[in-house]
Amino acid sequence: MATGTEPHTDTGVRGATRAAIATRTLRTDRWWLAPAATAGGLLAFIVYSTWRAFSNSDYYAAPYVSPFYSPCLAENCVPMKGGPNWEIFGSWWGLSPALLILIFPLGFRLTCYYYRKAYYRGFWASPPACAVAEPHAKYTGETRFPLILQNMHRYFFYAALPVAGILTYDTVLAFRDENYAWGHMGLGTLVFLVNIVLIWAYTLSCHSCRHIIGGRLRHFSKHPVRYRLWGFVGKLNERHMLLAWTSLISVALADFYVYLLASGAFADPRFF
Amino acid sequence: MSTYDARFRVWRGDQDGGDLEDFTVEVHDGEVVLDIIHRLQATQAGDLAVRWNCKAGKCGSCSAEINGRPRLMCMTRMSVFDRAETITVTPLRAFPVVRDLVTDVSFNYAKAREVPSFVPPPGVAAGEYRMQQIDVDRSQEFRKCIECFLCQDTCHVVRDHEENKTAFAGPRFLMRVAELDMHPLDAAAESGLDRRRTAQEEHGLGYCNITKCCTEVCPEGIHITDNALIPLKERAVDRKYDPLVWLGSRIRRRDERTT
Repeated sequence: MATGTEPHTDTGVRGATRAAIATRTLRTDRWWLAPAATAGGLLAFIVYSTWRAFSNSDYYAAPYVSPFYSPCLAENCVPMKGGPNWEIFGSWWGLSPALLILIFPLGFRLTCYYYRKAYYRGFWASPPACAVAEPHAKYTGETRFPLILQNMHRYFFYAALPVAGILTYDTVLAFRDENYAWGHMGLGTLVFLVNIVLIWAYTLSCHSCRHIIGGRLRHFSKHPVRYRLWGFVGKLNERHMLLAWTSLISVALADFYVYLLASGAFADPRFF
Repeated sequence: MSTYDARFRVWRGDQDGGDLEDFTVEVHDGEVVLDIIHRLQATQAGDLAVRWNCKAGKCGSCSAEINGRPRLMCMTRMSVFDRAETITVTPLRAFPVVRDLVTDVSFNYAKAREVPSFVPPPGVAAGEYRMQQIDVDRSQEFRKCIECFLCQDTCHVVRDHEENKTAFAGPRFLMRVAELDMHPLDAAAESGLDRRRTAQEEHGLGYCNITKCCTEVCPEGIHITDNALIPLKERAVDRKYDPLVWLGSRIRRRDERTT
């Protein structure tokens, strides 16, 4: 039975009219390294975030709440004084509350133009690297279900904005001490600050954001403010890949920091 | 000036078959791969077929694959290679081979003809076109294209799937659609031509999975993916997949050309 992944022999670079070269690529550099590293990095995050999302524990250590569990939308959430407890889902939700909110950042990153490149290359080998023949017999790209749903990226961008706003609120709450007194700062506050800057930079550097801000215009000269904003987003957008990775790592580190505090493995060093 | 002997493997043959042939050839300081191919022609393989013209990276004729990577032979310095390594030169592997390093790139000209050209604005005579620089900056980046077709060659949509050549225009010509759709004076919409919709429905924009190989190989450094293909995908979403944009255009009834 055809699985669609058999090496093809009569089409593509081995087609009858092409130069007769048997190997799938003549590249002499380590072309496999980038997709392997990408796949490894993404896989590590998937394993870590799946464990943390389903664990439903150790996600709050006053005054810090893990970004994986914020906002906390079910009744089974740990009470967080002044924190993002909004029991929209009531008591019937018995699973981890992280699952209710992670769908939005997950969808945002899954449909992101950079991550698409990363996982198409890293996981699906379509293509594994430039000028390296892919192993699939057929290719329809993003023309059909389910990949045509990638066109929903801008809706996940809209959803990512309030999520980033709530994480900003959490960062403000991190300027309290463990007794909820304001005007304090610890190492965790710094971790949260770095994380929220990277989250915002990644969110605003999004290609859909660039389009919505000004890219869809035909006459920039008639919209000087949007043109300036488009230029600003464009500069961020040039670093979209870097921001995608750094914000992915920072959000995992922020969560891990809260886990260490909540599980008692580490005490938050206080600056003042 | 120093010289050394380099080892070359050059693909020789035609559609009936061919193979990589080994050569040892003299290299001088400052030379590029095309110089070496010319020396091979002059000294060892007088019938070696190669297409070239300007030797300055501006005509786009000498496209080939060097050590498996699509590049212009005239812009690939020999100094980037280790002197001990064997340098492999083959024709572009996405197109039918004619002979040796020459391929039949007529696919690209067929695709070029499928893109409707600029539609002049009604009531504005030639010579009276006025545009502000910030309105044409985006399109002008795409005009740097020298049509070397390296992006078309490396794009896996057609490189690895001959059957997609009918449906997919390739990055170079999707960039042309983007260029025209961003053009401040193009009156395609008034003439009933929706470039955003046709990009998806007729030129195969949906086949592009934005893996950026076109951008990686462009000798002109055009940001094909970030500045042309993704913006064009977003414009197609405006037209086909975003009910809010559709609703907004119905309520406000804003003339698209003025925005």
